[in-house]
Amino acid sequence: MNVHLEASRRSFLRTTGLLGLAASALTLAPRLALAVWNKAAFETKTLADAYKALGVASPAASADIQLIASDIAENGAVVPVEAISKIPNTTQISFLVEKNPTMLTAQFDLTPDMLPEVSTRIKMGQTSNVIALIKADGKFYTATKEIKVTLGGCGG
Amino acid sequence: MGQPMKIRAASKDGVTEVKVLMNHVMETGLRKDPAGALVPALFINEVTAKLNDKVVMQAQWGQAVAKNPYLAFKIKGGKAGDKVSISWTDSSGDSRTDEATVG
Repeated sequence: MNVHLEASRRSFLRTTGLLGLAASALTLAPRLALAVWNKAAFETKTLADAYKALGVASPAASADIQLIASDIAENGAVVPVEAISKIPNTTQISFLVEKNPTMLTAQFDLTPDMLPEVSTRIKMGQTSNVIALIKADGKFYTATKEIKVTLGGCGG
Repeated sequence: MGQPMKIRAASKDGVTEVKVLMNHVMETGLRKDPAGALVPALFINEVTAKLNDKVVMQAQWGQAVAKNPYLAFKIKGGKAGDKVSISWTDSSGDSRTDEATVG
């Protein structure tokens, strides 16, 4: 009787152990592989809501982020922006435009194979602050720059 | 299917710089056509970059990325002859993948 119990206890442990391993493998699977478009975050209309949807709590302004863009954009339809982060372990770079109908413009998730530098071109409806939002070690940092737009780019 | 992208990838001092020019209308859904009707939104919302079939970056975009999107980024490592591939999916579910050889 005892022998039998012992055997079933072992097999129970073995099974749950395997299940546990499988479960932890799932949670450890790279989050990048599961990325789907964060509709909620991209549809937010205010900066506070955008931060909330991204899980950002009171990001700190950081001098270690370079947000490179010209002071004046003649054409709001094509505004070049570049963000360079010097913060170690930068895993995400996002661009937000405060006065656009939707704040969040682009979010880049970087693997450790990437240098923390991204440049792209965005649309701006009017003169506004542009924010580079950096995630590093789970914390958020920002750099902000005002770009003056002389001709709007959002159907104006 | 979408229109082909232009991809340039150049390796220098152990860093591969990739520049991509995509071909897409990037409609915000806020613009009106000359008749005054709203043009429906249609924009790329997911972009994936790979070096030799390994994902190095994934991006999510909103409507406010400019028409015919430009994207530049740098990958650690990579050498001449390696393959860089870029894929996008737009809000209608259309997608496209293009590949370039690192020079």
